[in-house]
Amino acid sequence: MAPILSVEGISKRFGVTLAVDNVSLSVGPNECLALLGPSGCGKTTLLRLMAGFETPDAGAIMIDGVDMTRKPPYARPVNMMFQSYALFPHMTVEDNVAFGLKQDGLPAADRLARVKEALAAVEMEAFAPRKPHQLSGGQRQRVALARCIAKRPKALLLDEPMAALDKHLRERTQLELLVLRRRLGISFVVVTHDQDEAMTMADRIVVMESGKILQADTPRALYERPGSQAVARFFGDINLWPSGLAVRPERIALSRAPGGVEGTVTDMIYRGTTTTYLVQTHDLVVRVLSAHAGDAPQFQKGEKVFLSWPDDAARTLCP
Amino acid sequence: MTGAGKGALTAVWLWIALVLLLPFAIVLKISFATSQLGVPPYGPPVSFSAYAALIHDNLYLNAYLSSLRTAFVATVIALLLGYPMAYAIARCSQRWRSILLLLVVLPFWTSFLIRIYAWIGLLRPTGLVNTVLESLGLIDAPLRLINTDGAVMLGIVYTYLPFMVLPLYARLEKLDPALLEAAADLGARPWRAFLKITLPLSHPGIIAGCLLVFIPAVGEFVIPELLGGPDTLMIGKVLWSEFFTNRNWPMSAAVAVILLALLIVPIMWFQSVGHREARS
Repeated sequence: MAPILSVEGISKRFGVTLAVDNVSLSVGPNECLALLGPSGCGKTTLLRLMAGFETPDAGAIMIDGVDMTRKPPYARPVNMMFQSYALFPHMTVEDNVAFGLKQDGLPAADRLARVKEALAAVEMEAFAPRKPHQLSGGQRQRVALARCIAKRPKALLLDEPMAALDKHLRERTQLELLVLRRRLGISFVVVTHDQDEAMTMADRIVVMESGKILQADTPRALYERPGSQAVARFFGDINLWPSGLAVRPERIALSRAPGGVEGTVTDMIYRGTTTTYLVQTHDLVVRVLSAHAGDAPQFQKGEKVFLSWPDDAARTLCP
Repeated sequence: MTGAGKGALTAVWLWIALVLLLPFAIVLKISFATSQLGVPPYGPPVSFSAYAALIHDNLYLNAYLSSLRTAFVATVIALLLGYPMAYAIARCSQRWRSILLLLVVLPFWTSFLIRIYAWIGLLRPTGLVNTVLESLGLIDAPLRLINTDGAVMLGIVYTYLPFMVLPLYARLEKLDPALLEAAADLGARPWRAFLKITLPLSHPGIIAGCLLVFIPAVGEFVIPELLGGPDTLMIGKVLWSEFFTNRNWPMSAAVAVILLALLIVPIMWFQSVGHREARS
């Protein structure tokens, strides 16, 4: 299927720093793509390039097959949800949502219907006459979302959508956003520094560092087949031997019977459903995650054990 | 409230009573006195003759109207000049902002009178403007620039422009740039985003700036006296001549009382708007 949004060899320089360095990627119809990386990796700049707030130094941006590289933000059929939500403080919730539709010159009757529909989609109809300062953080986020989806964009760009919410609300909102996206059938591009959030929400994750793409793949592929140590460390825990050998803690089996790598249990962390053993081998303290179904931990501190793992669990990674 | 807070509040009230209420009470008392020869030039019989003269003599009404009109036009001009200035400064980099703000307040470092005399030097028939225009051959005879209503307007706008720029800047500088980006993202072209977002959100700055220019401009005396012509009619000049030329203290006091009453209306209006915007 033809991509909804594609970025081809795009670069953006701010002064001496290359914020985005020759990046290419595409977002398919109905796809949720996450741009993941530490702060300063260029993910937000990439999103702002898509929205039209920055002009690239090189490369092209295509939206639905049309070259939008030099188009201003108001001429692009995509919408952005800002990290701060950027709701207009002097307008009611209803006027905020209607703002974009007024710019399109939609007749008043259609506009009203679309505003209602968008507010209904985020369950905020009852708040239509309120001003943004009368809403909680979570409610503000919903209004910001409604303001975007009322425009029926080809793609929705979300800049750290959960950053302003507390942890509890964050997890609930991630799932709600997933459901809403499926229902509306809009492509999402989500910028986040939180790998859990990326894994929860995205069909595909683009891991970025220093303006470059490290790896772009499905959450499962990134976890199971990381292309580099940096990516492996970004998703979950991993044991890295000096040789570059990498094995996830949950793929390692412990045994008293000789065979595999020998070591001594130096510590154990009991967490109810799992126990993490720290095993001192001759060149590394290996973390082993073992799940237990009701039974007590099998090994004791100071015990001599042997580590083994299936062939497909071990990968050799460059730094 | 803490003890220190109460103390500070008492000090503020004392200050207001001493420099505002007390002088005003004296002026109010004089305005109801009878003019007489002697020291002081007013006497005890309570009289309303000063106020009666204010109503019956068209000179005063015309002077009030002319002052209000001049102040209004000067305020509009200052707003039209000051808004783009404040907007541009607020959009500059941090370093440039401080430099430009410094330039805006720089005239305050020189005496106001000296600056007005400098304008006389520029505008008089043998002044810089006329000399340059003549030497360029653009005019044959010097233009009458000084002692005109235009010169008064120029003087007022020049003097009070910083009072317009500063509150506008303070407001525009606080405006979240993301709001304008959001407006653009939702399809608003720059000019529409300005009208729908920037302008309404800078409303309190516009009101503050306009009042800071309008109120002193209505009672302005020095500028019309030095730059205006013999037919320049402003209430500040009338007040001055009643007091110093005619030595009619009750009359000049009554002029001042009515002027204050006229200015209290816009101040009250500003207060109520300010309260409303603070609530929302």
